[in-house]
Amino acid sequence: MPSQIVKVASAVGLHARPASLFVKAVAKSGVEVKIGRPGNANTNAASLLSVLGLGIKFGEEVEIVINEDSDQANELISNLSSIISTNYDH
Amino acid sequence: MKLIGTGVSPGVAYAKIKKLEIQHQLLNITGNLESILDSLDNVSIYLESQSRLVSDEVMQGILEAQSMMANDPDLKSEFINNWENYKSKNTLNELIEVVFDQFKKKLENIGGYFAERVEDINGINNLLKLNIMGEEFPEFELNEDCIVVAADLTPSDTSTMNLSYVKGLVIENGGPTSHTAIVARNLGIPAIVGCSDARNLKEDDLVLINGREGFLVKEPDFDFVESEKARESELINRYKRISGPGKLQDNTIIQLLANCGNIVDAKKAIINEAEGIGLFRTELLYLNQITAPSISEQVKVYSEIFEIFQGKKVIIRTLDAGSDKPVPFLNSVKEENPALGVRGWRLIREFHSVIKDQIKAISIAQESGKCDVWVMAPMIDTADEALEFSNLAKENGIKKIGVMIETPSAAMVSDQIFEIVDFASFGTNDLTQYVMAADRLDSRLSDLTNSWHPAVLRTIEIVGKNAQGKPLGVCGEAAADPLLAAVLIGLGVNSLSMASNSITEVKSFIANQDLGKCQNIAKEILKTKNAFEAKELAVKLFN
Repeated sequence: MPSQIVKVASAVGLHARPASLFVKAVAKSGVEVKIGRPGNANTNAASLLSVLGLGIKFGEEVEIVINEDSDQANELISNLSSIISTNYDH
Repeated sequence: MKLIGTGVSPGVAYAKIKKLEIQHQLLNITGNLESILDSLDNVSIYLESQSRLVSDEVMQGILEAQSMMANDPDLKSEFINNWENYKSKNTLNELIEVVFDQFKKKLENIGGYFAERVEDINGINNLLKLNIMGEEFPEFELNEDCIVVAADLTPSDTSTMNLSYVKGLVIENGGPTSHTAIVARNLGIPAIVGCSDARNLKEDDLVLINGREGFLVKEPDFDFVESEKARESELINRYKRISGPGKLQDNTIIQLLANCGNIVDAKKAIINEAEGIGLFRTELLYLNQITAPSISEQVKVYSEIFEIFQGKKVIIRTLDAGSDKPVPFLNSVKEENPALGVRGWRLIREFHSVIKDQIKAISIAQESGKCDVWVMAPMIDTADEALEFSNLAKENGIKKIGVMIETPSAAMVSDQIFEIVDFASFGTNDLTQYVMAADRLDSRLSDLTNSWHPAVLRTIEIVGKNAQGKPLGVCGEAAADPLLAAVLIGLGVNSLSMASNSITEVKSFIANQDLGKCQNIAKEILKTKNAFEAKELAVKLFN
């Protein structure tokens, strides 16, 4: 069950473009992914409304959890982490 | 006839009105769970296809995000989960509101940028209702130049218009950060929001709108239209030359900052290109309260402001209650002379924990942001008071510590005060009242309560000499008067903070002055005998 903790690098937080990109990537994979503050990752990462509802700001840490052990899961989690740790603000 | 609103996208336009009647009031939505879920899909597909029609990147992003929200899995599950409780009702209205409200409330509680997404959810809500009832999605066909007037305009509404015909936008509701405002600015279309009287305008009325100053004139005469157009293009030329941070002709840097009391001011300040906040008034948090706001309430408000001004300077003033701004739970003792009583920093004598909690809240809020937070105390009289504030601020991890100079005593010992603090800022309204010993609210004394008075300017001169190169600002009304601002620069001031709509005017005036000239003119003005003479001489010497 891979999980990873990353820091949000975009100044707007997990909002606007970074949030859309993240949710899109989750939805496209078809895999069940949870996100939340560390130790509390129980929000459906395929829901833009719920991800925005976490109100995660710049510099905060989030935990991403995938409830399945596979190469695909490991690859997905590292892709998702890199979206969050990239600064999409100019 | 002149109508007033908030100008959110500069420019002058003159054209016929096209009124957009957006929403039929759909009071009674009927259907079943399946019709809701199907319609959510339809709305999502519609928004996705509209996003591909628009060329503007911002609008595209908003429409794409809205499309994702419309077929959001958690939104759909909420409809499914709540269905049992509502299926016996005659209408779907309640269910729809309950479900959308859950998501809206969360975002509203977070505040800031997140709360602005509520507007997107409302847009989806409207489209959903239309689709369930089998109505067409709104489409706005334009075939000649016009000024669009609407109660509200969502990105999906805008996406159906041929924008090359839209010469101006007038929105009855909405604020400076609504989507309309952002999109209009991006596209360079003059726009006014919050113009509630516009609902009385009729289709094909000829109107002129000024999106810089925020007004609309119905059936203007030809000369007026020409002069407004000429005035606007002159302004555009002038502002082009002076965009960027504030400076004098000789490149001396003069920071131009905004005075703010709430989020709306802060957002306006960004639009007006403020380089930061020179005075954040915290009184609003305390007025009309029966007890002090909690640390966490304060952290939330301060963080919102800091978030808006990321990467910029924000000077926050600790509570300035008392005198003309009484706070019931702090200023309950009857004072014979409230202006000379326990106000501003003096509250520390009786309410140590209230002030301490505020400084703590500021310190917590500054941790999360990328904002350059400076903190200053109001009504500081002596070096001892400055030291007391500085110690308390340092204990709480505040990095830049300053005081307001509002009393003659603070000016007289400003050399001692500058040994303790990092910066100072003049509150010229109170400084004038105390130097002249004249109540600033008494209109009979208006010749005395005028910041141009040489007695006030000489007091400022003393402080300017004592500042020894440390940041010295002005955050009273004087900063918004271009001539007086230039005189203050000549007396040693190096940043100006004002209501943000004055920034451009002051910026363009000082850009044509150099420091030596300001200093020489200030010297002459100190020799005048009253405020009237001082100002008259400034007009003569600067022009």
